Amino acid sequence: MSPIDENHLHSDPGIEARHPHAHPASAGATPLQRDTARTIFQKGAPGRRAFVCPEMDVPPVDVSALLPERFRRTAPPRLPEVSEPEIVRHYVGISKRNFDLDSGFYPLGSCTMKHNPRLHERAAALPGHARLHPLQDPERAQGALELMWRLQGALSELSGLAHVSLQPSAGSHGELAGVLLTRAYHEDRGEARHKVLTPDTAHGTNPATVTMAGFEVVKVATNADGGVDIEDLRAKADTDVACLMLTNPNTLGLFDPNIAEIAEIVHGVGATLYYDGANLNAVMGLSRPGDMGFDIVHFNLHKSFTQPHGGGGPGSGPIAVSDRVAPYLPVPVVVRRTHTGTPPSGAHPEGHTLKGVGRQAGEDDSYDLDYDRPKSIGRLRGFHGNYGCFVRSYAYICSLGGDGLKDASEAAVLNANYLLARLKQQGVADYLPLAYGELCMHEFVLSGGPMKRDLQIKTLDLAKRLLDFGFHPPTVYFPLLVEEALMVEPTETETKETLDAFADAIAAILKEAARDPEIARGAPYSTPVRRLDEVAAAKTPVIRQALG
Amino acid sequence: MLAVIGVPTLREIFERQIPESVRLDRALELPDGLAEQDVYEHLRALAARNTSAEDELSFLGAGMYDHYVPALIDMLMERSEFLTPYTPYQPEISQGGLQVMFEYQTAISELTGLPVSNASVYEGPSAVAAAAYLAKLHNGGRRIVASAGLHPHSLQTLRTNAYGFGMEVVEVPLRDGVTDPDAWAQAIAAGAGETSAAIFAQPNFYGAVEDAAALSEAAKTPAPADGARAGAPVVICQVDPITLGIVRPPGECGVDVAVGEGQALGNRLDFGGPSFGLFAAREEYLRRMPGRIAGETVDVDGRRGFVLTLQTREQHIRREKATSNICTSQALNALAGVVYLSWLGRRGIVEMGELLLARTHYARGRLAALDGVEKLHEQPVIREFALRLDADVDAVRRRCAKHGVNPGVDLHALSGREEDRGGLLVAITERRTRADIDRLAEVLGAAIAAEHEATVAA
Repeated sequence: MSPIDENHLHSDPGIEARHPHAHPASAGATPLQRDTARTIFQKGAPGRRAFVCPEMDVPPVDVSALLPERFRRTAPPRLPEVSEPEIVRHYVGISKRNFDLDSGFYPLGSCTMKHNPRLHERAAALPGHARLHPLQDPERAQGALELMWRLQGALSELSGLAHVSLQPSAGSHGELAGVLLTRAYHEDRGEARHKVLTPDTAHGTNPATVTMAGFEVVKVATNADGGVDIEDLRAKADTDVACLMLTNPNTLGLFDPNIAEIAEIVHGVGATLYYDGANLNAVMGLSRPGDMGFDIVHFNLHKSFTQPHGGGGPGSGPIAVSDRVAPYLPVPVVVRRTHTGTPPSGAHPEGHTLKGVGRQAGEDDSYDLDYDRPKSIGRLRGFHGNYGCFVRSYAYICSLGGDGLKDASEAAVLNANYLLARLKQQGVADYLPLAYGELCMHEFVLSGGPMKRDLQIKTLDLAKRLLDFGFHPPTVYFPLLVEEALMVEPTETETKETLDAFADAIAAILKEAARDPEIARGAPYSTPVRRLDEVAAAKTPVIRQALG
Repeated sequence: MLAVIGVPTLREIFERQIPESVRLDRALELPDGLAEQDVYEHLRALAARNTSAEDELSFLGAGMYDHYVPALIDMLMERSEFLTPYTPYQPEISQGGLQVMFEYQTAISELTGLPVSNASVYEGPSAVAAAAYLAKLHNGGRRIVASAGLHPHSLQTLRTNAYGFGMEVVEVPLRDGVTDPDAWAQAIAAGAGETSAAIFAQPNFYGAVEDAAALSEAAKTPAPADGARAGAPVVICQVDPITLGIVRPPGECGVDVAVGEGQALGNRLDFGGPSFGLFAAREEYLRRMPGRIAGETVDVDGRRGFVLTLQTREQHIRREKATSNICTSQALNALAGVVYLSWLGRRGIVEMGELLLARTHYARGRLAALDGVEKLHEQPVIREFALRLDADVDAVRRRCAKHGVNPGVDLHALSGREEDRGGLLVAITERRTRADIDRLAEVLGAAIAAEHEATVAA
């Protein structure tokens, strides 16, 4: 074990002043901690209510005559009996038991927690968007369809792939669409392939999707540099392989330098190449999946295009595909009918010409939903996708423009590399070394292995102690091949001051652990609740409020 | 910042990592960025080219409905604390979101009469497909029996997904507006133990109330000739949650899994999304459920708290052996759902159901009395009903639109079924008053008469 030199760790003295050396458990319970959690079902009183039912303005009916007894509910559902002020107090109260992006730094790796402009909420709430019924006739929903068409065009340009479907509800739903498209593509060519390759660094959604789409997962190893092991890929790529699913930059935050060769190997055996767009925020306007050789891409509008994450959704997971995969896209597809009025043929839909995206619609242009696609895989969900998310992401793209999107990716990569360098400068790298490489793209992965051995605290302890410092921790224990992994994605919307403060906090925690590892092991201390017993929760699940 | 990194230019960071052959060597062909007020103006202009439920008297439904969203929901959904965090991976600082999930699960269990609910899935039709996948994991058989009374989008989504996970969908026709009980029993029995799932909707796509208890029982009664059957199919019901104040809940009808579109509960139309999908089941399916589940526990000091639980089902732990690939779901929309249910409350949900029932009955009577209009079926209806017009539906709808009335959904255009030609599906919400319904009757009657005249003249 190397000797511990706490003076080697540099942190801002201010941070130490705010978090003094005394064991924090001695401080006693905070007001939020003294406030025992009670659910809405434990509040209110019989007969209390918020809802005033509109007047029964039609002739009264005999319910039992209209709805025979065997179809009727006998006892009302035991929903809460609360007044409107009680509802407001209750939910405002429990909202304060959440940490959120508007309150502080949220460097959750692979999640792209960038600022959510409130303009987007205002625009999405306009009645013309918010109260538009999905079955409104296309000629009376021209604004919505044009918005979708323009968003498709922007995503097409960003990905370098001509055909887009906005339908999937989130990233994993986009993945499912992509793998089903792959199946349809191969089957249409008379080939029954049954394997899909995924690197061992892949997001868990990739292998889970492969199984749901009826394929077998074959793992591809990672090489010493953190990229795809080319020899292993070559050995596993055969004509049984339908697809390789890849994230680039990958979950280690590294751009695979062999991407051209990878594409050649995969295409060489007739398989498709799928791009998991979770990390697109690193390369917007800098490098395009289509140019790298990818056939299918999913986007996470809630990540790269700043749809608010909502505590776990809603998201939106559009896909873009190459010409050879386009005939199988989900129905319906939004199309523009130009002045001739001729609809595109079903099998060869109009791809985005890319140049037309920005121009104003011509007087004769109209937008429509095209269902006439005989080779389509069908529908993945009801209606047309998460339109409310499209409004927000389209507003974002309009605000930033082409150059602004590129600036965003550049700043995201700059911030990540700065934070990485700053941590090294402060001596943190001795305990939390970078797992692979020297530079990174928009995120980086540290290994907490040396910290665990030398300072006796695990990555989990560091994460929990960060909560006391007012930071959301990075993603922890992913990717799986890195010991005690810590995955940090600062995003472009954070200032240098915030990054410095975060680096200081990490250094301060390590320094503190060098003196007394029990402090981090017992953390957090200041949060509404302290460490929770997850094992007991899973052993005897209590997943609803007992009702009287 | 560059000095700290130790590179002379930002460009070098990219040049050292991205091979030149895949670097984009031109600017993106996208418009220049705009000031906030200009973006707003552009989005407002686009909105103005849509005819929303605010701009016409709309009776559109078929899966999404123009219910009133109380103002307090807008306020709560816009709160930073709910709007801007992500999935509660760190429970100590996510107790608000986790408690909302726990309350939501409680409300959905109570509504459906089923003991376990997850914290939401994407939306209605994909929830049907997710339930079929649960049935496959549970039973292993490769057949799904599905009523033609399911929403066409549910049936289409089911087929898309079933094609992936290697199952076939057998569609059972309707008789008199509801699932044909004989065809239903035969289709299930014909599977000889291969039928993993039996799926119907309540109320169905045509607005009719199904005999849910009889359909469940038929699905679980082994056919005499079928000794080889391994297990009964998982009975799945797609419900409309807003009707469950008055309709017998699926849990009391022998249903194993209830799924549904949650939009009617406090979510906007939003041209079809985002909303949320509800997913509730009997206890025995708990460990095969998709999606997040919040559970109660205690912290090191014994305080009550909530965590994401049973995560060993999920993709981030279980990878290719996960029960679903779902990750990001619809937490914010589910929040709107549970706030809405609290706002309606124990009495309100019953009153809402009775109001919908009475107004729907009134509307059905008024419209069916018009010349050239008849009921598509005689079954009980709650909030939506199907009519048959003896005129071209598209032409009639266009005539109504000129008078600011959208009379409902063209059934054939949505389902593609030949037998739905002439069909009109009319939805009622608490926002459509008696006067609105009278106006609809007047405009629809006149439009049909005008269409008749035009046809005769031609």
